[in-house]
Parts: sequence; structure tokens; C-alpha cells
Amino acid sequence: MSELLELTAARAAECVRAGELSPAEIFSAYRERAEADDLGAFLWLPEEPPRPAAATTSADPPLGGVPLAVKDIFCVEGAPTTAGSRILDGYRPPYTATPVERLAAAGAPMLGKTNMDEFAMGSSNENSAYMPVRNPWSPDRVPGGSSGGSAAAVAAGLAPWSIGTDTGGSIRQPASLCGLVGLKPTYGAVSRYGMIAFASSLDQCGPITRDVTDAALLLRHLVAGRRDPCDSTSVDFPEEIELPSSHDLGGLRVGVVPELSEAATIDAGVKAVFDAALERIEELGGGVEEISLPHSEHGLSAYYVLAPAEASANLSRYDGVRFGLRSGDGDLLSLYERTRAEGFGDEVKRRIMLGTYALSSGYYEAYYGRAQRVRTKIAEDFRAAFERVDLVVTPTSPSVAFRLGERTADPMAMYMSDYCTVPMSLAGLPAVSIPAGLSEDLPVGLQITGPAFTENRILAAAHALERAFGFDSSPARRPAAAAPGR
Amino acid sequence: MTTVTTTPTERAYEPVIGLEIHVQLRTQTKMFCGCALSFGDDPNTHTCPVCLGHPGTLPVPNAEAIHFALMIGLALECELAPRSIFHRKNYFYPDLPKGYQISQFDIPLWRSGRLGDVRVHRVHLEEDAAKLVHAGSSGRIHGAEASVVDFNRGGTPLVEIVTEPDLSSSEQAGEWLRLLRATLKRLGVSDVNMDEGSLRCDANVSIRPVGTATLGTKTELKNMNSFRFLERGIAAEVARQEELLRGGGEVEQETLHFDPRTGGLSALRSKEESHDYRYFPEPDLVPLAPTQAMIDRARTALPELPGARAQRLERELGLPGDVARLLAFRSELGDFYESALSADGATDPHTLASWVTVELVARLGDVDPAESPVAPEALAELVRLISARSVSGSAAKEVLDAMVADGGRPEAIVVERGLGLAGAGELDAVVDRAIEANPDAAEKVRAGTAKAMGAIVGAVMRETKGRADGGEVQRMVRERLGLG
Amino acid sequence: MIDREQVLHVARLARLELTDAEVERMARELSGILDHLERIVELDLDHVEPTSHVVALENVLRPDEPRPSLARERALAGAPDATDSGFRVPSPGAAAANGS
Ligand SMILES: [Zn+2]
Repeated sequence: MSELLELTAARAAECVRAGELSPAEIFSAYRERAEADDLGAFLWLPEEPPRPAAATTSADPPLGGVPLAVKDIFCVEGAPTTAGSRILDGYRPPYTATPVERLAAAGAPMLGKTNMDEFAMGSSNENSAYMPVRNPWSPDRVPGGSSGGSAAAVAAGLAPWSIGTDTGGSIRQPASLCGLVGLKPTYGAVSRYGMIAFASSLDQCGPITRDVTDAALLLRHLVAGRRDPCDSTSVDFPEEIELPSSHDLGGLRVGVVPELSEAATIDAGVKAVFDAALERIEELGGGVEEISLPHSEHGLSAYYVLAPAEASANLSRYDGVRFGLRSGDGDLLSLYERTRAEGFGDEVKRRIMLGTYALSSGYYEAYYGRAQRVRTKIAEDFRAAFERVDLVVTPTSPSVAFRLGERTADPMAMYMSDYCTVPMSLAGLPAVSIPAGLSEDLPVGLQITGPAFTENRILAAAHALERAFGFDSSPARRPAAAAPGR
Repeated sequence: MTTVTTTPTERAYEPVIGLEIHVQLRTQTKMFCGCALSFGDDPNTHTCPVCLGHPGTLPVPNAEAIHFALMIGLALECELAPRSIFHRKNYFYPDLPKGYQISQFDIPLWRSGRLGDVRVHRVHLEEDAAKLVHAGSSGRIHGAEASVVDFNRGGTPLVEIVTEPDLSSSEQAGEWLRLLRATLKRLGVSDVNMDEGSLRCDANVSIRPVGTATLGTKTELKNMNSFRFLERGIAAEVARQEELLRGGGEVEQETLHFDPRTGGLSALRSKEESHDYRYFPEPDLVPLAPTQAMIDRARTALPELPGARAQRLERELGLPGDVARLLAFRSELGDFYESALSADGATDPHTLASWVTVELVARLGDVDPAESPVAPEALAELVRLISARSVSGSAAKEVLDAMVADGGRPEAIVVERGLGLAGAGELDAVVDRAIEANPDAAEKVRAGTAKAMGAIVGAVMRETKGRADGGEVQRMVRERLGLG
Repeated sequence: MIDREQVLHVARLARLELTDAEVERMARELSGILDHLERIVELDLDHVEPTSHVVALENVLRPDEPRPSLARERALAGAPDATDSGFRVPSPGAAAANGS
């Protein structure tokens, strides 16, 4: 049994297809692990596992029945779906999100719903209305956010793999803090249908996995070779997602961005791991050169105007009329104001206020209009950079996992977690975070980004580096660390 | 402020009126989801996660709605935006499931058009709100009134048409809206039924001293759901504003609600923060940039429009303007008329037009003649019998009654019912008897009192049951009385 | 800088009831965030086009083909206050009377 849990998802799927393991065996092993969750990673587990072939379209599904932890931001028909918010307490959607449906059809049934920052707003998972999530590497630290539950579940071996969502770093940063691979695909590559919206022009679904191959395998079936007619912004991915096999970076030009990697906000320990990673890149045959993304330092400002503005509208539908929580003392205004006051947590309220203010009469041009223009400049910066280099690397997170409660009192300090990940989101570019080493015995992620739709290139480089780093994704296997529940 | 030397009470004012029209499109499905449109179905039976605004759902625009909107813009001779976008218009209301309406804002699909004498400011696409039905006092909450939301209508494709303030009377506004309605109906893009709300019209009304070019403060009139109410509402508002200004007062910018029961106007309570809609580009949708193929397809789908048809009927057939407009604005009448006309090249266009617009309409009301038993060729034949004096006017009406009731060909009906004009031989005796029976009248006619002829002709008509040609009878009487 | 009045105005627009303590805290926090965001005000962006979207797509449309709607019971299933046929809400008139 424990050997089974050690397998990567792709290897487990291979074993199923080779007849060495049964999907039911895998499901129940993980189901048992998930039930014993003491990290707060899961919000909900189904009463009974889905019948193995129930959702799949073939008798020999490519994902082998290896179950998937699903961030609670994805609607699943009949299953509680809260987006980490009180306002959706008890909500059971009448339909299923495209990514969940596609992965189930490919043979990855849902294992359970994972905890998250409320409406994906947060970088520590402390904004969950239900409970915080603990980092399996160090239980008094955060797993990152907003996909903190998905990351913690995979890192602790409670789930073989998971999907999360990334708006400004919500896949990459928790992957970094939990020593995992987290991929944010090119905007439009994966359908957003059924994924509860935070900031529609930035949100993307992607995998959080133990290794690069698992990430590529999930991405292949999320992209599924065709766009989703239910999402106007989804596109046909121009090529098949390959399973990476590259062992070197021969001939690749890799850009380093001083504006990001040398910013004062980057911790020294993180910087040291990053610098070591640059050496690895050169050892593998890659050429490292300095490039400039002059507007990237303004990414955070633009992001914290645009995302809250979109969110302020996206969250207007939580009004106590058609679903979810309802409060008030009998008149319509109080129905709205009380329901939303009681249903939303502090961070969500803060962002709704910020976004409403930025769009309100007299301020639109100063904030929203300017932020949209900064976004243009950032995209142009990347375009110019990719004339010179094939990929750009940065640290994923300015720091390793911080302590629970450490940044909750200072919103701006929390927002700084997204410093290196937000520019790619604004430009709609694909970016992966892979574990590059440890600092203070905690994982440090390396972010690799490329032009739109170069996921194959990014994953190939990530695969080569993953081999070179030789990072062990399991905190439980570290002699120094006693993971909870072991 | 204008500097006019006359006192307010003496000043003459002219109304300045602009209209804002919402048209529900007659597509199969809603604007952004696959729900079939509802026509009076049970509440909340045409909804889905998208049009209920469930979390995670996304809008995808209906291609046919875009096609219809392109047809409308072409028909109104507008300028197409090469690339237009959708915005979110944010406000909270129970009939608005997402808390915002997807609409168009600074870049509408169409701008700067014209229909008849009125310039069109813009034409844009949006989604309709749901319906809020008042449900009386709620038993659950003490003293509170409750409403029930029905989302069947929510998300129906809407085109909004805004005119320039080019109208200067309530009658003109009504007349122009009739032209617009006929045009949209002809396009086949909407049911344009004001009762049912598929055509809705608001009016912006201001007045200004005659001869000045400044625009006064305008008020917005809502809820005028018939042509009559539109005209009455505007007239009432113009009168109210005149009275206000003459009394030395000022018009306040506000929204007024027309109450059809009282014919009066009342101010809608101004919603707090009413006009901070926080518009921003809808990130769930991509721009609309109609391709040449889309435009060509819309152009090809355009029929001859009522304005052009009225002009053609007037110009080519010499029909009077009002008759031509009636045939053009009620395109089913025009279609029937033209089909009858082409059935027989010899039919007199004027007589036929009057038999369609007067006699047929009197018998069919609003029913489309194409759906009545009367065939266009049959009506053409009847008109030819009239012109050939084979049947009298009153007998022809009886024939038409029979045609409306049971169909059939007029010649057969005439024979069957003996309605043909009485021949000369038969008339000779009848006329003789009529003169004999009315000696006083005959004497007066001889003495030059022409109108005394009526009694004799009337007697002939009675005896022939209207089958005699009145002119011919008069000629025969005069001949017999030595006046021929 | 954002003051108490502005916080209350924005909270009303967003239909969020705030306690007095929340109003104070929100004014302080939003001011801090806006201070930081104001750095973009210094940038020269005069001739830069705004980006609403990074995808280069146009005319993504759906054929006008009906798809099944939800059964009414399912549509109403999650509603906190449903009648047999619809979603019950306090009448808007009452809100306007009590509001502002
Ligand atoms: Zn629908």
C-alpha cells in the first residue's frame, strides 16, 4: 500500500494500464489518506467513490483511474462547492466544470474538494472561511494560496495530483511553498467554464503535481485537443502536449530579469537557491543572459487594480436570491447588504471595496484605465524579451513558506507574495514553478515562463532541470521532518 | 440660460423629443445561453445555470442575434463599428442575476443612422432582465411586500435603438415609432408587440422657446406600452413642462412613469447611486468585429423596407400617400395587394387598393388576408368585374362577404346568387314601373330638381336588389323624362 | 487617500454592510493599498492602448440552437426562499423606501 502511494500519478496510471494495479485499489488507498487529513487540505470527500468507469469514455482511460484532488472553486454537479466562502455554504451546483469533466472522462475521477482562500483571494490559505491549511513541510507554516489545499494534499501524499487555479500566482506560489510542480497555462488554453470566477481576464486552471511529467499529463487532458464552446475565451491549443523527455537545455537561451530576481523583496535564501539554479541551467547547456522587463515592477500595482475590479463585478451574483446564504431583515437593501456582509470574509470585502472604488465614477481612468495600460506595457516587455531569449526564469515566491498569522495583519505584505508571478498573469503567459532546492529546510520554487502556447518548451526545460535538481517532493521522506500523521 | 425679452407666460415653446427603443429579438435561444425563448410559459421553466447567473458560468453570444442586429443597423442606414465590445453595467436588482447586465457602452455595434426624417444615434446589443412579479404581502415577513422573480425572460436578446432628439410632437413620435415598428416587423427580427413587451419605448422630452437652438432640461418617460400611451404620455409631459416654465419654474431632470389608468405622470423614486454603473469591458467576451461575410449575409437578408415600399407604391402606381403607407406599414396587406395586382395585369391599382385597405380590412380586422379564405387572384377578379360594370358596388360587397366566409371565385358567386347587373331589357320595365310609382319625383326631376331622382333610382335598386348600375339607371330615367 | 464618507459610498455601491469598526479599518487599509498603487500614476502611459484581454480572438459566437433548460425544481433547488414557481424577494419598492 505505501509503495502505491509513493508512485507519481503517471506511474500509477501506467501500472493500472499494465494490469498491475486496479483503479479501485488506488482510489481507496488515497481515499483513506484523504480521510485522515489533519492539515485542513480537504473541505469535502464524497460519501462513496465514483464507480471507476462511471465518468470515463473509454474502457482503458489514459489517466488510469488515478483520483484527482479538485480545488473547491470548480463546480461539480451535486457536490458541495463553496470556493472557500460562507456565502456558498450548502451550495450544490446543477452542473460540472469543463476541466473536472474532461479529466474525469480521461480517467481521473474526483477524490475530493480541496480547501482554498475564499474566492481564490489570498496567498496563504488563511482566508478560507472554513479553516486554514497547514504546510506538510512544517505544520506551523502556510502552504501558500490560494490553491493551498490542493498543494498541501499532494505534498502530504493525501492525493496523487490535483488541479488548482491561478489568477496572480495561486497555483505557482503554493506549489513553490510546498515543493511541488505547479503550472499556470497560457490564458485561454484551459476552459474556465464551471470555475468560479475571481478575475475573469486572468484566471486559469492548471495542475499541481509531484513532478513535471504528471503536470504535462494533466495538462494534455485539460487542453484535450479542442476548445470549449462554453467559454468564449478558450482557444484550440496549437499543438499536442507532449510528455517531456528532455535531459538538457542545449541551445536554449534563458533570460534573467533583475527587476524581479534582484528586487529587495526577494529573501536571501531564495536568491541563493535561484542563483544555484542558474548555474545548473548553464551546466545543462543553457545560455543565461540578463534581460529587462522594465514595467514588471509595476505588475503588482496593475494587478491589484484589475483583479479586484473584475472581482467586484464577478461577486455581485452572491445576493441571497438564487443560491447560497441569505440574511437581512425584510427589505431588499438589507437582504443584499447583510447577506454579503455575513457571507464574505475580510479579504473578499477588501477587494470588492477596492475594485468598486477603482471602477467608480471619477476614478476609472486614474486606476482601471491606467492599470490596463500598464498591462499593455508588461505584455510588450515580454514580447521584446522573447525576441532575445526562449525562456525567462525568476524565483516563484519572494520567500519560503511563512508562519501562520505572520502576514494576516498587513494586506500589502501578503500581496507581495505575488510579486514575481503577477507579470506573467497580466501578459497571459504560461509559467511553471518547480522545486529548485531548500532554504531553511523549506522548498524554494523556480519559475520558468515562455511565450504564449510554449507549454511544451517550458515543460521540457522543467523536466531537464527537475532531473538535475533531484528534488524529493515528499516532506515525509525527509529524515529531519516528521510529517503529521506519520 | 437664454436671454429672451418676452416674459415666460407669453413665450411659445416647442417640444424636443428623442426615443429610446428596446426590441426583443425573435431568435430561437437567449442572447448568451442555449435556453429557448419563452412565450408566456410557466415561470422559471426556461432557465439554465448561465441565465440564472450561477457561479462559474460564462456567456457565449448567439450568432443569430448578431445577425439580426446587423440587419437592423443596415435597415437604419447606420455606420458599423469595425470592432465593438461588450461591457458590464453594474447594479443590484432582483431581476438581474449576475449583478450586472451585459450591454454595449462606448463602442456600440452601430452609430449615426437614419429612418425617415429621424436620425438614429446608436444601435446596440444587450440582454434583457428577468421579470419581477409582485406577490402581495408576504406572510413570512411582517408588513413586507414580496415579489417573485421569473427568469424566463432574463437573457432574451435585446437591441436598443436610440434616436437623436429630432421629433417635435407626440403625434410625430407615434408616427415615427409606427414606421420603425413596421420596418422591424418587415425584417422579421422581432414580434414588435408593445403589449407583450417585445417592443418597448422610452422618450426623452424637453421643450425650448420656439426659434432657439438650446436644449432644455429633459425628462425621461417610461412605461408607455402602446402607441396611444406613448402619444398621450409625451403630450402630457410637454404640457407639464410648459406649465412649469410659464409659471417661472424649472424642469428637473428626472425619470417619469406613465400611468395608463390615470394618464398622468409620476416621478420614479430616484434610486440611490442611480447612475454609477461602473461600466467596464466584459472580460468573459471577446470583441465583435463583423466580417464581410457576416455583413453580406445580413444585407442579403434585407427585404424591401416599408419606407421604400410606400414610396414605390406612390411613385409607380400613383396611389395616395396614406393608402401607400398603410399597404407598406402593414406589410401583409401590401403583400396581398401586390400579389393580387400581379395576378391580373388589367386590374385597376386604385380600385384594388381601396378594396384591400377599406373593404377587406373592414371584414378581416388585424387578420393577415393571406390566412383568410380570400385568394388574391379572386379579389383581383372581383375588382375587374366592378371595373367592367358587370357587378354593382353593393353587389360586389355581398360577393366579398361570401368570399371572406367561404372563399370561392367571384364570377361563380355572382352567378350562383344572381348578383350580376340587371341587363337593359330587364331594366326597361323596372324603370318604367319606378317612374309610374313616383309621379311627384318624376315631376320634380323634369322641373330641374336633380336630387329628386334619388327616389326613382332607389325604387329601381330595391326591385333589382342592388344589381343595377346606378349611373345607367339615372341615364335611363332622364331619357324617359325627356331630359336625355 | 480614502475617507470615511468614501468608504460608506463605495460600500453602498457594493451592497456591503460595514460596522463602524470595519469602516475605520477599511479606510486605513484601502488608503495604504491605494498609496502603493499610486506608483502607476507616475508612469507615462499617454500613448499606450489599454489591454482588456490578452487573447487575440474575435467573433466567438454560438449557433442559435436550443439546449435543454433546467427543470424548474432544479432551478429553484438552491434558492434560500423559493415559492412553487419562483424566487421570492422583498419587493424593491420597500428597499427604496427604507434605503438612503
Ligand atoms: Zn439559460
